Amino acid sequence: MDLRMLLQAIVSGLLAGGVYALIGVGLNLIFGVMKIINFAHGSLLMLGMYSSYWLFTFFKIDPYLSLMITVPLLFLIGVIIQKLLINPIIEYPENNQLVLTMGLMLFLENLALFLWGPDFRTVKVSYVGTVLSIFTVRINLLRFIAFAGGLLLALFLYIFLKKTDMGKAIRASSEEREGALAVGISVKRIHLISFGIGTACVGAAGTLLTPFLYLSPHVGHLFLLTAFMVVVMGGLGSFVGAIMGGFIIGLTESLGAVLLPGSLGQIIPFSLFVIILLFKPTGLFK
Amino acid sequence: MSAQNYNPLKKWNYWLVFLAAACGLSWVSGLLSSYLLHVVILILYFAFLGSAWNIVSGYAGQFSFGHTAFFGVGAYFSSLLYVESGVSPWIGMIAGGLLAAGLGAFIGYLTFRFKLKGAFFALSTFAFSEMLRIIALNWSVTGKAMGILIPLKQGSSLQDFQFASKLPYYYIILSMLILVLFVSYGLDHSRLGYYFKAIREDEEAAGSLGVNILKYKTIALVISAFFTALGGTFYAQYMFYIDPDIAFGTNVTIEMIVRTMLGGVGTVFGPLIGSAVLESISEVMRSFLGEYKGVHIMFYAVLLILVMIFFPHGVMGLVKKKGKEDSRDITKQHELVGNQESE
Repeated sequence: MDLRMLLQAIVSGLLAGGVYALIGVGLNLIFGVMKIINFAHGSLLMLGMYSSYWLFTFFKIDPYLSLMITVPLLFLIGVIIQKLLINPIIEYPENNQLVLTMGLMLFLENLALFLWGPDFRTVKVSYVGTVLSIFTVRINLLRFIAFAGGLLLALFLYIFLKKTDMGKAIRASSEEREGALAVGISVKRIHLISFGIGTACVGAAGTLLTPFLYLSPHVGHLFLLTAFMVVVMGGLGSFVGAIMGGFIIGLTESLGAVLLPGSLGQIIPFSLFVIILLFKPTGLFK
Repeated sequence: MSAQNYNPLKKWNYWLVFLAAACGLSWVSGLLSSYLLHVVILILYFAFLGSAWNIVSGYAGQFSFGHTAFFGVGAYFSSLLYVESGVSPWIGMIAGGLLAAGLGAFIGYLTFRFKLKGAFFALSTFAFSEMLRIIALNWSVTGKAMGILIPLKQGSSLQDFQFASKLPYYYIILSMLILVLFVSYGLDHSRLGYYFKAIREDEEAAGSLGVNILKYKTIALVISAFFTALGGTFYAQYMFYIDPDIAFGTNVTIEMIVRTMLGGVGTVFGPLIGSAVLESISEVMRSFLGEYKGVHIMFYAVLLILVMIFFPHGVMGLVKKKGKEDSRDITKQHELVGNQESE
């Protein structure tokens, strides 16, 4: 193992972390406000990927440009899910909520399987092989855009939550549902918007991943546990924690892949996740 | 809660109906085509797994999303013993069950000691099962991604857990199901089961009344893990093949959870009812819409979502509600009769 390989692994881990952070931020917002663990999060990522894929295939819209369409589309899907499915069970026991989002996951995945078949698909953009070289480290342009885009969108969301009235209302409802109601915030409306934003985040992450990742109806599975690990590691409900969690998971994954043979490296983030769950279940940054 | 309305005769009626149905099924099953028998075996098999999951997730209220870990340990351990050293799968089944019980004790002690609850517990069990999947995928002993193929023997052999017809498998899984149902029934009416339910309903109150929470949660997981592993061995011997995705993937977990929640979580017969309903629906859907991939699971998912929204306690919730009203009517009648007599 030479130093260059290690450096390369660190860089690709950090790059992956940018997208993981965006996925985690979305999941975190949904948990923070609704107190619901969304098992369908990976499937919503899959929907984001397919949206970009079809926009590219039919209308030749560049995947990055298609963000202008996929983000509002996924926001709308999120609002509908919240309205139809989550609102009725918001006061139900946690297990029922888990099973409901699991049902949603099964539904979305098999809808995609039914509509688009089990084939692996890929978007071929003209700049697919572009590589930047910085010192001795090679950086794939697409992965770099995904990293930067993911962080940038997460930053936008952060500013939105901190500075705007709507953002403040969302934070208020997440901290104290009754209190927010008492000061005249329409918590139901906030729930719709929060689920919409959370879904839009993961949809945007899907779009950013589309140019360099094969997509299939089950692609969300890859990211479901990753998203949970990101969020739990950083601390459920903690925004900065989700970003840091994204980087930690990205780094441990890519270092694990270099240090251990085969796919055994994935053990490392899982073990770290379990250790953190055991000793600091509230997360590292909370 | 149930102790007040507890009426042993009424409970035994359930069992009589069940046993009669089982006997009837046994008789009919001899006449069934191989395909229908396979469907019945699947119903009983998933009911068995759901009942095993139900012990820790239903009765003790600790929602596990990683039961496939125990399933896979059972499937792999008995298969490895059989393929590598020729140990009878029956012995392997018990050994795998004990190994899974040990794993359950380990996971339970670790997670419950740190008071992981709800979604956190679900996620940590999920992470454990994923770790096992990755190990199975990379370890030469478990055959890596190729999995394990159980060598076929000529004809039937009880010792090898291999049979030429499906009927013996049917009797085996039926017996396994009856066993786990008796255990569930016993839990429903024993001190141990009351501890489980007390923990589920209000952990802090149960703790303050002197229930050792860590101990009883772990016991629930150990019992549940043991039975789940037996199901793993049955699967391996019925299908003659396992690989990391089958044994440790999320599909088995989802089937257990979905069927149990649909039938009624935390009830003795919920998993069986849920399994029968879902399997019948999905077989019918499959035969009509088989060429459309995924449609029958979509239907199944919609059903699950609707049940969660409108009948959060599943089919058994409906039955129980009705039963309670009935018994209230009966007590009312008794009161009326009593009053008349006294007059």
